[in-house]
Amino acid sequence: MRLPGFRITMGFTILYLCLIVLIPLMTLPARTATMTWDAFWGAITDPQVVASYKLSIGASLIAAAINAVFGLIVAWVLVRYSFPGRRIVDSLVDLPFALPTAVAGITLTAIYAPNGWVGQLLEPYGIKVAFTRLGVTLAMIFIGLPFVVRTLQPVIEDLDVEVEEAATSLGASRVKVVTRVILPYLYPAWLTGFALAFARAVGEYGSVVFISGNLPMKTQISPLLIITKLEQFDYAGATAIALVMLLLSFTLLLTINALQSWATRRLAG
Amino acid sequence: MTGTVHSHVRGNGHRQRRLTEPRWLRWTLIAVAIGFLALFLFLPLVTVFVEALASGFSAYVDAIRQPDALAALRLTLLAAAIAVPANLVFGVCAGWAIAKFDFPGKNLLVTLIDLPFAVSPVISGMVFVLLFGRQGFLGPWMADHDMKIVFAVPGIVLATIFVSFPFVAREIIPVMEAAGSQEEEAARVLGAGGLQTFFRVTLPNIKWGLLYGVILCNARAMGEFGAVSVVSGKIRGLTNTLPLHVEILYNEYMYQAAFAVASLLAFLALITLVVKTVVERRLAPEAAEAAAPAAASIQ
Repeated sequence: MRLPGFRITMGFTILYLCLIVLIPLMTLPARTATMTWDAFWGAITDPQVVASYKLSIGASLIAAAINAVFGLIVAWVLVRYSFPGRRIVDSLVDLPFALPTAVAGITLTAIYAPNGWVGQLLEPYGIKVAFTRLGVTLAMIFIGLPFVVRTLQPVIEDLDVEVEEAATSLGASRVKVVTRVILPYLYPAWLTGFALAFARAVGEYGSVVFISGNLPMKTQISPLLIITKLEQFDYAGATAIALVMLLLSFTLLLTINALQSWATRRLAG
Repeated sequence: MTGTVHSHVRGNGHRQRRLTEPRWLRWTLIAVAIGFLALFLFLPLVTVFVEALASGFSAYVDAIRQPDALAALRLTLLAAAIAVPANLVFGVCAGWAIAKFDFPGKNLLVTLIDLPFAVSPVISGMVFVLLFGRQGFLGPWMADHDMKIVFAVPGIVLATIFVSFPFVAREIIPVMEAAGSQEEEAARVLGAGGLQTFFRVTLPNIKWGLLYGVILCNARAMGEFGAVSVVSGKIRGLTNTLPLHVEILYNEYMYQAAFAVASLLAFLALITLVVKTVVERRLAPEAAEAAAPAAASIQ
């Protein structure tokens, strides 16, 4: 027997999706279409804009890479080892999802400012974190931290112990089992986590804006440049930068979907 | 069978020695993991509360009881009170349509629902300025009809709905898909109406997944900063939410007050984490139920 309600729920789903998400998002390409190509190209190749793209993308890549390394260790430790406080640590991993970004932003700044708890320890060595690119990267590490851990955890849990046993009984050393058996199996999920952390960091605003100091050409991220242009009523300039970022986000979303279906196929096989 | 053997081995700590790392390496990895999390998670969390109470408890209470802070709290609660139920209704509708029926373009629809996650918060707010702002597509028409959305409360609510849009739907769709349609079909055969089937059969099956989505949706709705910052105009007492108020206080060098207000949001985050952990433990046994009898037979 066919269940009722398809037409009304589907109708509402499409209507709500269009009204809240699709139509508003369409304003970006629509607004850009009113610009001439030269104006658009001029807006996105402005040196200040290019510098912000480089910083947003570069710092996000570094932050995602650091999260990939430590996220793997954290996920491995949480699934495979038992130690006191493991469950509390496990719950705490989601903090960057739950903590509002503005709170994270002012807190990280307070910790890493030259007079902050950690900042004053680094100051004598000439390491400055707050209001530098290092600070931007640090905030992006915070915001992307849960993605790698949470995508890897279920895959490590599902690792088939018999395969490890087989490899070990065939004489493989532990190092070989890890590098030849376990890591290749984790690879798709690992990449997915990396891409998710990167995507989040590229668009991040709240947790980065306080610690960055917003020096044009130096520590100004693209989302902040958009806001600056909006506040100056330079809607065309803001739209052009935003469209490029939106296209990058779409590309990442499609990549992540492809990675996830690859991971699912790998797990099924 | 491998799955059941596996679940038996996992977690009891008696893994064969050659199937794990040497003791010194295990503890090194644990130390690295905890050190990393302590630096990036625990330290910021503690700092919020230490800074908030830096000038004593009465200064803390005073900062929170400022009329501007209370107005910001009211607006944050209002925005969440509209955004969460709206996205809840949407999530249930989308879950029903996607999990219980087959139609062309299903994967595309699921991807589109995830869109707000992929978009920078700044862009999420900006699109509403482009639509409803003074220079926006509907700006002139709205000025003629004396309507104001951007730099007013409706814009904040819209931006909040946008950024918290996917949470309920994406939690509910897999739970509904896993539950299947047989129970609903049985209820229909036995003569139950559509709504009766939903409330008596479907809802009990998805309630924890639903709650999980609502908690995450609420946390994002109350904590959103970037999107709301673009559409708000930051008029004190009128269009200021709690996260925006934190920023204003911070930029005016009123650090202790900023952290006091921020601590309210950090409390919200902690409550979210606790409820989330409890709900996850409720969700886990349901998933493990199917495997349990087989595991028992092996032991």
